[in-house]
Amino acid sequence: MESADETLDPLTIAERWSGEGRDVAVATVVETWGSAPRPVGSHLVIDGGGNFHGSVSGGCVEGAVVSEATDIIADGKPRMLEFGVADETAWEVGLSCGGRIRVYVEKLG
Amino acid sequence: MDLELLKQLNIERAARRAAVLVTDLDNGSGRLVLEGESISGELGSTVERGFRSGKSATVEADGRSYFLNVHVPPARLVVIGAVHISQALAPMARIAGLDIRVIDPRTAFASQERFSNVELLAEWPDEVLEQQPLDAYTALAAVTHDPKIDDFPLKAALDAGCFYVGALGSRKTHAKRVERLKELGLSDDQISRIASPIGLDIGAASPREIAVAILAEIIDALRKRQVTDR
Repeated sequence: MESADETLDPLTIAERWSGEGRDVAVATVVETWGSAPRPVGSHLVIDGGGNFHGSVSGGCVEGAVVSEATDIIADGKPRMLEFGVADETAWEVGLSCGGRIRVYVEKLG
Repeated sequence: MDLELLKQLNIERAARRAAVLVTDLDNGSGRLVLEGESISGELGSTVERGFRSGKSATVEADGRSYFLNVHVPPARLVVIGAVHISQALAPMARIAGLDIRVIDPRTAFASQERFSNVELLAEWPDEVLEQQPLDAYTALAAVTHDPKIDDFPLKAALDAGCFYVGALGSRKTHAKRVERLKELGLSDDQISRIASPIGLDIGAASPREIAVAILAEIIDALRKRQVTDR
């Protein structure tokens, strides 16, 4: 457990949101290369309205993950996202630290 | 992610029990493995390594790709006795990444002046442990030399399955302690888990060196503990 404060814990938030009847997607850092801001296992949870909690990077790629999550909530199919400076989209959603990360995003349900 | 799995995982985490959430990255299916459960095949040994290291990872096993999210409660150290050794052990343990708490009912020992920036409880161990029980992710080191203070928490630590239980004292002192603990109803197997003489055998002489030996023994116990078939 990373935080003793349950109100800040993404997986606790995900369960709570789901209990409130909100659609929820869970994003998880599953692999990192080089210097990555958040360790493997870190979570970002997103609801159908685009609200999110937690982090998978230092804020560089959360926006992209949140918009993908909206599609994943809609079609229910999990997706693997990859971010890094080598990406063509690096300017938009790259990691300034020079690392690369893979983020698995799945619908909760 | 299956909602029921998430709920179960959150229960385990809140109770300070370790669990690994295994996600099959090819089809998205999940499975929760609790510490002590054994799984067959290559996946089983990677899950076991995860419990031991505490590190989450993407792994290839049995021809499939899995993500193992390892949820291990942070290790804690409870020291019974606000003695000279504990004064050295407290900052060292914190540097090594352990949450530490020192308990000693003797207020002359358990003073903030002697233990700045350490969680210090000048109370009887039984009272503290009733409020905040020990668990499998807690190490307990009893270093007062006083049976009135040490014996109860040692029994509590063995009953709770603490990953490390150490007690200061010579072989002769320990032999007497073993007799007392048997009278309290502990089995030989349980009692044999007590590390005594306490600390790795590095020839430690001063209180600070004994603290190093104890800390090394705790890390050894944490990283080499049996995580299956308990």
